[in-house]
Amino acid sequence: MDPITERQLYLTIGSRFENIELVQMAVDEILREQGAAEEIRHWIGLALREAVANAIKHGNRQDPERPVEVELEAVADRVEIRVADRGEGFDPEAVPDPLAPENRFRSDGRGIFYMRKFMDDVHYSFRPDGGTIVTMRRRLAESDGDEAAG
Amino acid sequence: MKIDKRERDGVTILDVEGKITIGKGDIALREAVHKALDEGARKLVIRLADVSTIDSSGVGELVSAFTTVTNRGGKLKLLNLPPKVNDILQITQLITVFEVYDNENEALASF
Repeated sequence: MDPITERQLYLTIGSRFENIELVQMAVDEILREQGAAEEIRHWIGLALREAVANAIKHGNRQDPERPVEVELEAVADRVEIRVADRGEGFDPEAVPDPLAPENRFRSDGRGIFYMRKFMDDVHYSFRPDGGTIVTMRRRLAESDGDEAAG
Repeated sequence: MKIDKRERDGVTILDVEGKITIGKGDIALREAVHKALDEGARKLVIRLADVSTIDSSGVGELVSAFTTVTNRGGKLKLLNLPPKVNDILQITQLITVFEVYDNENEALASF
């Protein structure tokens, strides 16, 4: 079956960690319908989980009344996912390098690093009225020489 | 997410099954490690063969478990990493932090 050429998804969830499962299930189903292999869906799913977890934890401070909005656009073999929170924003460049020896044994601070590893492109923008939007893109087709984690 | 605890040759083995992810699995792992330590365990193995997904919080919890066990005079080793969990630890160069075994008997003999 040829993949559907274009799919879109808009989801709004309350800031609860258990809602991450719902978002991942919905996104995974669309990626599956687009013909993405299990391996690629796994890594995109992990990047999505990290983005939504950051929005819930750091952006919305786990206030269930503050929404996290997830938008997905899949066109042909490419997907773009945007995750927006209502937080105060942050400086992505100021996030410590998890590979630095002094950070090796930290229990946190690896989420954005993983997102950048699993996706082709990760970009942050900030709404003037408050809130962070992370935009992540990735090709859905495997190419020769792809690492396991992309 | 499920964690079963068993003992073999004086070693406490935590068999973890499911997702070690934020909000649930990471907390369950932390509680299981602390409980084992409180019960006197100092030789610990976390068996990850049946872990389907681990996120950065789960990875952080493994690192915390390692430092907590070490700080209390114990040793923590990992057993049967699924390929995707192995990849996750490789990417953040944590694979060199942990002692990792593919064979349970070898893991037990290493203490």
